[in-house]
Amino acid sequence: MELDPAETFRQEAAELLDSLEVALLDLSQTPQDRELIDTAFRALHTIKGSGAMFGFEQVAAFTHDFETAFDLIRKGEIEANRDIVSVALAAKDYIRALIEDPDSTDAIIGDAILDDLRRFVSVPEAPGVAGGDAPLPAASTRQAGWRIGIAFEPDILRNGTNPLALLDDLRALGPCEIIGNLDNVPELDALDPETCLVSWDVTLASDCTIDAIEDVFMFVRDEMKLTITPIAAASAESGQQDAPQAEIAIPAPLLAATPSRPAPAPEPVAEKIELSRRSEEKTSTVRVQAERLDELMDRVGELVIAQARLSQLAHSGTDVAIKAIAEEIERLASGLRDSTMGVRMVPMGTLFGRFRRLVHDLSRDLAKPVEFVTAGEDTELDKTMIERLADPLVHLIRNAIDHGIEHPEQRADTPKEATGRIELAARYVGAQVLVTVTDDGAGLDAARIRAKAEEQGLLQPGAAMSDQDIYQFLFHPGFSTAKTISTLSGRGVGMDVVKRTIESLRGSIELSTRPGQGTTVTLRLPLTLAIIEGLLTRVGDGRYIIPLSAVEECVELTAADDARARGRNFLSVRGDLVPFLRLRDLFDAQGEPDQHQKIIITSKGDTRVGLVVDQIIGSHQTVIKSLSKLHADVTMFSGATILGDGSAALILDVAQLVTLGQAKAESEKEAA
Amino acid sequence: MDAVQTNAIPDDGALQVVMVGLGSEIFALEAGLVREIIDPVPTTRVAGARAFLPSLINVRGNVVPLADMRVRFGMPHRDDTADTRIVVIDIAIDGDPVTVGIIADKVYEVTEISRAKIQQTPRLGMHWKPEFIHFITKWNDEFVIVPNMEQILN
Repeated sequence: MELDPAETFRQEAAELLDSLEVALLDLSQTPQDRELIDTAFRALHTIKGSGAMFGFEQVAAFTHDFETAFDLIRKGEIEANRDIVSVALAAKDYIRALIEDPDSTDAIIGDAILDDLRRFVSVPEAPGVAGGDAPLPAASTRQAGWRIGIAFEPDILRNGTNPLALLDDLRALGPCEIIGNLDNVPELDALDPETCLVSWDVTLASDCTIDAIEDVFMFVRDEMKLTITPIAAASAESGQQDAPQAEIAIPAPLLAATPSRPAPAPEPVAEKIELSRRSEEKTSTVRVQAERLDELMDRVGELVIAQARLSQLAHSGTDVAIKAIAEEIERLASGLRDSTMGVRMVPMGTLFGRFRRLVHDLSRDLAKPVEFVTAGEDTELDKTMIERLADPLVHLIRNAIDHGIEHPEQRADTPKEATGRIELAARYVGAQVLVTVTDDGAGLDAARIRAKAEEQGLLQPGAAMSDQDIYQFLFHPGFSTAKTISTLSGRGVGMDVVKRTIESLRGSIELSTRPGQGTTVTLRLPLTLAIIEGLLTRVGDGRYIIPLSAVEECVELTAADDARARGRNFLSVRGDLVPFLRLRDLFDAQGEPDQHQKIIITSKGDTRVGLVVDQIIGSHQTVIKSLSKLHADVTMFSGATILGDGSAALILDVAQLVTLGQAKAESEKEAA
Repeated sequence: MDAVQTNAIPDDGALQVVMVGLGSEIFALEAGLVREIIDPVPTTRVAGARAFLPSLINVRGNVVPLADMRVRFGMPHRDDTADTRIVVIDIAIDGDPVTVGIIADKVYEVTEISRAKIQQTPRLGMHWKPEFIHFITKWNDEFVIVPNMEQILN
């Protein structure tokens, strides 16, 4: 497949912008961290460079101005603060817009951002003097220039750096005297042409600033020793002293042809071994298109199905050899399935990182200082799932800041600290992942939710209801207790969408709150979307799969219960009354019901419902196939799968059935 | 991809079609839509689905709905015979490609029909919804119906 170079740049830039954003956000916390500043600059510089290379002129130009405006921070003359970070983030967004959708951008906005940036970054006390500070020594050494010592790490060539190109860049700054130092170059037979053992001394006759020189080596600063010393006009003789050697830079491989120099041979060899070992330890990554992974997963899914058919066939026969092969293939297929699923797993940290910006912006807009803490970033989830979790989490975090965290004035009346705290955490629990959003705000106000529910006619005034049940109204479409509608929340579209999204991921959502202490929203999610553990059951002559995650227990429908249940479809499970649905009736099953029908107790959140089936066949690992668009009107099933014998079986949508069961139970109650 | 083209019937000239028998009628399915023709396979009934989309089948590892056009054209149900086939077609429903199997009482042949022989779709004497039919033409002195699959299945 051919990759569009512009597309490659877009992908690369997207990652760089992400790391830029992270660096900027970190910078607002630790303004003096040189490393962060350098990271930010490196990202900017790469975007500028490759942007220009791939024809993104606007991007390159803007990034250049951004870089220039930000320069004082890099020089350490100005400390980054919140305002600067905010503007820099806006500038970052503008770059992103320039790359992704240049038509939507307006140069005026870009200029405004740059103006802001320049204004914030300019030195408030005696501006200009600070700027002139650096060139000052340069001015005094006019015409004399700089002495530059350059020694690269030996593996610099392997990383694709061309030292000669850098020397050429130096030459562009002014007339150069470049002296190669070959002391470390070994004998020809011990020489590795991919190792750079040459160092250089450069005398640069130019009145350029030290930054201009540093800029040349910006990308390789981590991999080299660079010493820059100004040459005072008076000390020109010292320049002469070193001058008599060759005045040319020789390409490193060519240098190998000069064997005359005695060299400490053993040392570089040892170093070489060391180096190659180090490069082996580095884990390499390959960028793969997401669609290819999806395709791979589909193929593996089909393989698992075909393998199940083979196993069934092999076990029904008597051929031992075939059985052995079938078992071997079963083992291989399940291994392949596990590793394919592993490939699709992405750490939650990639998602969490995005919310730091959100919290930063919201905290500023709402004037509520918020500390954002994440935990369990290395918890892995299916790629598709992570993508679809982003919107619900945005919503939950917004809610937490907007509704949960109180204003600092209000917090002052409590023992809590003025700065609110939001924790986003992920962890494994069995075959599920729990994602929690916790705030230390005021907690949910059951009385207010209740009043609102009564006002909207969702609840009979004065009806007895547990707080937990009252909180469920928050998930009702159009339900909002926010007194005023803000851009953030209060429009009543939100929590119901969150709930629906989570349920479409076969997950569930729970709320818990302690008044005055805060609220925790817990999302319970399966590890992957593609495969589920299911309970294979028979109803009439059809086979159906019930997701195992929803199954609580299986009990027998006794004849006595059956007879008693003619009038009311309730069952007593250890004292609890559980409504049940006869799937035979629901699915219009043909034929006589089995004598010993089973009830599978399923649950969704706190509600339980029993499903009456004819037979429980066993547990079954299933590759989920979504239903065709033509069957979009069918709500009782969430998908289908292919069984060992090659026939299709439907997967029950337990959430739908529980709702159906509850509704039926309600109507029966009212009828009674 | 010509498989998901809709209403792509040229104004004149020949049209490649698969001749399919349903009840007592002959339908001409555009050959471009047809992915494959398979023998009957076990079906899985979908409770609560519309009557003309009663079940699912497994086509090479994919779960595909099985459509019974006879229901749409008010024809009586017929049990499978030795001639029964499933014609798997790719169509576009609201812009999304959808694969669907169609029960055919008999599959005759792949042939060409020409627009030149188009008959005026009669207003009377037809108890089918006119939007289900692209046009009616003649083949071997018999009337054949070129159905509008998107309309029928939607």
